[in-house]
Amino acid sequence: MNNSGTIYGINGPVIYLKGETALKMSEMVHVGDEKLVGEVISLDSQTTTIQVYEETGGLRPGETVESTGAAVSVTLAPGILNNIFDGIERPLEMIAQEGGAFISRGVSVDSLDKTRKWETHLTVKVGDRLTPGTIIAEVPETRAILHKCMVPPDVYGQVVSVVPDGEYTIDETLVVIELRDGSKKELTMTQQWPIRVPRPVHHRYSASVPLVTGQRIIDTMFPIAKGGTAAIPGGFGTGKTMTQHQIAKWSDADIIVYIGCGERGNEMTQVLEEFGELEDPKTGNPLMDRTVLIANTSNMPVAAREASIYTGLTLAEYYRDMGYDVAIMADSTSRWAEALRELSGRLEEMPAEEGFPAYLASRLSAFYERAGMMQTLNGATGSVSIIGAVSPQGGDFSEPVTQNTKRFVRCFWGLDKSLAYARHFPAINWLTSYSEYVGDLSGWFTDNVSPKFVDYRNRLMTLLNQESSLMEIVKLIGGDVLPDDQKLTLEIAKVIRLGFLQQNAFHKDDTCVSLEKQFRMMDVILYLYKVSRKLIAMGMPMSVLKSEGIFERVIAIKYDVPNDNLQLLDMYKKDIDDFYNNVIAKNA
Amino acid sequence: MAIEYLGLSSINGPLVILEGVQDAFFDEIVEFVVDGNTRKMGRIVELYEDKAVIQVFEGTENMSLVNTHTKLSGHPMEVAVSPEMLGRTFNGIGQPIDGLGPVNTEYRKNVNGLPLNPVKREYPRNYINTGISAIDGLTTLIRGQKLPIFSGNGLPHDQLAAQIVKQASLGGDSDEDFAIVFGAMGVKHDVAEFFQKTFDESGVADHVCMFLNLANDPVVERLITPRVALTVAEYLAFEQNMHILVILTDMTSFAEALREVSSSKGEIPSRKGYPGYLYSELATIYERAGIIEEANGSVTQLPILTMPNDDITHPIPDLTGYITEGQIVLDRSLYGQSIYPPISILPSLSRLMKDGIGEGYTREDHQDLANQLFSSYAKVGEARNLASVIGEDELSPIDKKYLEFGKEFENRYIGQGPAENRTVIETLDLGWELLRLLPKEELDRIDTKIIDKYYKE
Repeated sequence: MNNSGTIYGINGPVIYLKGETALKMSEMVHVGDEKLVGEVISLDSQTTTIQVYEETGGLRPGETVESTGAAVSVTLAPGILNNIFDGIERPLEMIAQEGGAFISRGVSVDSLDKTRKWETHLTVKVGDRLTPGTIIAEVPETRAILHKCMVPPDVYGQVVSVVPDGEYTIDETLVVIELRDGSKKELTMTQQWPIRVPRPVHHRYSASVPLVTGQRIIDTMFPIAKGGTAAIPGGFGTGKTMTQHQIAKWSDADIIVYIGCGERGNEMTQVLEEFGELEDPKTGNPLMDRTVLIANTSNMPVAAREASIYTGLTLAEYYRDMGYDVAIMADSTSRWAEALRELSGRLEEMPAEEGFPAYLASRLSAFYERAGMMQTLNGATGSVSIIGAVSPQGGDFSEPVTQNTKRFVRCFWGLDKSLAYARHFPAINWLTSYSEYVGDLSGWFTDNVSPKFVDYRNRLMTLLNQESSLMEIVKLIGGDVLPDDQKLTLEIAKVIRLGFLQQNAFHKDDTCVSLEKQFRMMDVILYLYKVSRKLIAMGMPMSVLKSEGIFERVIAIKYDVPNDNLQLLDMYKKDIDDFYNNVIAKNA
Repeated sequence: MAIEYLGLSSINGPLVILEGVQDAFFDEIVEFVVDGNTRKMGRIVELYEDKAVIQVFEGTENMSLVNTHTKLSGHPMEVAVSPEMLGRTFNGIGQPIDGLGPVNTEYRKNVNGLPLNPVKREYPRNYINTGISAIDGLTTLIRGQKLPIFSGNGLPHDQLAAQIVKQASLGGDSDEDFAIVFGAMGVKHDVAEFFQKTFDESGVADHVCMFLNLANDPVVERLITPRVALTVAEYLAFEQNMHILVILTDMTSFAEALREVSSSKGEIPSRKGYPGYLYSELATIYERAGIIEEANGSVTQLPILTMPNDDITHPIPDLTGYITEGQIVLDRSLYGQSIYPPISILPSLSRLMKDGIGEGYTREDHQDLANQLFSSYAKVGEARNLASVIGEDELSPIDKKYLEFGKEFENRYIGQGPAENRTVIETLDLGWELLRLLPKEELDRIDTKIIDKYYKE
């Protein structure tokens, strides 16, 4: 048996080798004379099946397939951030330098720049005992992020020599250690890790800290924890990508991994341009400094689309191991599922629901379970949060990808077509969405924002739910016949919808809002509700209350109160008191 | 190496199988000679050692297992490209059918194209003034965008596309190199003729390159037509620095052809019998639009597709909407009320609009105004539903105002003449004029400062 083979059949991105080969499952191979990258996906005594990550046009039966001996892996070292890769970690900038504006095939480029010298500070000394995950060196990778080079998992040993601080490339030996069996091993900044294997951790923590996104409907209504999982399903045009962009821009994660999986090329270009210019609200550096983009646009080969999700996830886990909070935006997981379906169809596997393979659910669960807040091997705490967009066919949430995703995520932000049509953004439907983290995070909100935070949130939700049942009646008989207290409920719910839930991503103050402002906005809205209820109870009609214009003023808080001048919010309470006195004075 | 193979081992719909081939490669083009006189072309779609599955573009009529000679061409599907192609008409696989002889060039390009590297793309920002309010005001078309028209049978999508071509090409940009590539897949003769006539009348005919695969032309040819058209478009845009508007009609026929071929290959179907790779196939077409850094030209796509049974959730419009940068949806009930163009604005959307409008492009109030019109028009729908239950007389005064706004909006803003060309400022001012039918408190999507500036005018 040899570890190479000869092409027998070609069917789109799938190729077949005849006879027995020594290739291993998930091994990376080079296919044909152009050395296209491929992966072994099934083996039996007659046939080896390989999926190819590049266009297969031009391949001939009889060309050879060479083994590389390793599973499809990514290179982990400084240089990942502020970079854009394709689905198998090839830097698109380098590909462009080699091949111009269009991505040609068989391009062989290094994942990371091997010539660049990084300023390195060594953190171990001769005699230190190293265990997996021990930080051996620190490299300021970007202005915002200190890259911590670690001992790979499974390596134990004692340091026998260390280079002095200085400038090194990612392949130069920094530390030499003696392993337990007495042999020597050279450690560089670089690690290789197979993309389909989760990186090991010490143990998992339960969710307790929110990932603050600056988006009111998310932070207040349906919060996600650091290390949590969320799905954003929605038909086209409902704002999935927009919501993901907003979270990528404003969330308080340290690192963002943005996976454009089977989506539009222009969107990736937009992220590149925009994130290069926008400032990180925490550090003032360009957002790209904390971002890595994985771009496999819809017209790139389908097999690499399937891999892109795992590539992104592995990069995220690597930064988590350094003790960072990483958030993954996967846009969109449906395209990934469709890539599975496409390949499964080519392999003539028995289809389950809607042509998707039966293993769709297990793949999805394995993907989302790689999220979590972890104690890493070196004792630090880091997290990977996954926010996956889902593009259900026809906007119908009963389809298999949405349904299976729902089983494995704890946060569901359902986007609603009718909200999007009315340009209510973010178009997250407050009645169908949920977050299982509300309870887990209530302690944090109590300690860090206000003890009343969760209570206020629940009161807003109650009002919104009451509105929805009242609207059933209004739809049948009109709003005029409702008693005044119910009219007030509708009016306050409108204030909540327009003034609180709706958020303008293009407004400089409204695009990202601190938890404190969110809380105080709720406070003002609920105060208005309390005062109005008192007036209604005295028999004042709703029409009188509305004529004072206070409801419109509270709705406009999001625009009128700048984020750096929250004292203005105190004024509103005074205005509401004035409103109360005015109504009494005029109508007594 | 011009070996000719005699005979075939099987014929099934548009697919033939040839055994004993040597040195063929995947995606290679083959030439057939049937009965010693008819020439046909085909493409290798599957390959097993010496057995090739070949898709015949012209259909397999008259082919038998013995009367066919097959020759491998040694190259993938290519088309000759040249600036001379403007003003010419070709069939669906790029062969001239206007009687003016072959295109005089040696330069040929692979029709499959290559994916554009996102780092080399330039994000589209320049809007195209179409002179149609519903598009300019609410779903602005941006140069380098792909914006399909979702239509139904019998709706005036062709007139709309023709009006866009006419008004956009004769707009302020007429001094720049502007050209149209027109790809027809399975359309009726009348449709092709309509476009030809429109191009002639508007004086752009010598800037148009037409690829026609008509309804009675071979089905498989349709799978290649959009790729040929886009290859020419990319050449003109990125190598000749021209601004190209590509009109592809009808994408539904393309998808149908894909399904037909897939089922004769015996592939496992996914939704509604379409193959699992429908999304990827559509993406390789739609994604061939945009602007690249190193060229001055651009490719803007305006595909037209007819939604089967007017159903926007059907796989073809559905998958299209996930790839394209928005959509313009036509609506039968508006058309029934004689409103032209019958653009249903609520489901219509232009994703690139936000970056190509506003201060410096159109006017500062554009985005807020558009949001408000969308939001107010959505409320018109609610008021109408209520009126249909309790009667118009019983509505509250504010709901009555919405009804009035809705009527005016549909007649004056959406509706306009097929030759009426409005400037973007006219469109914006008209929007404010209509919003003034509503009380100021109802305008909840607009920044307070902008309301103060424009509402009272």
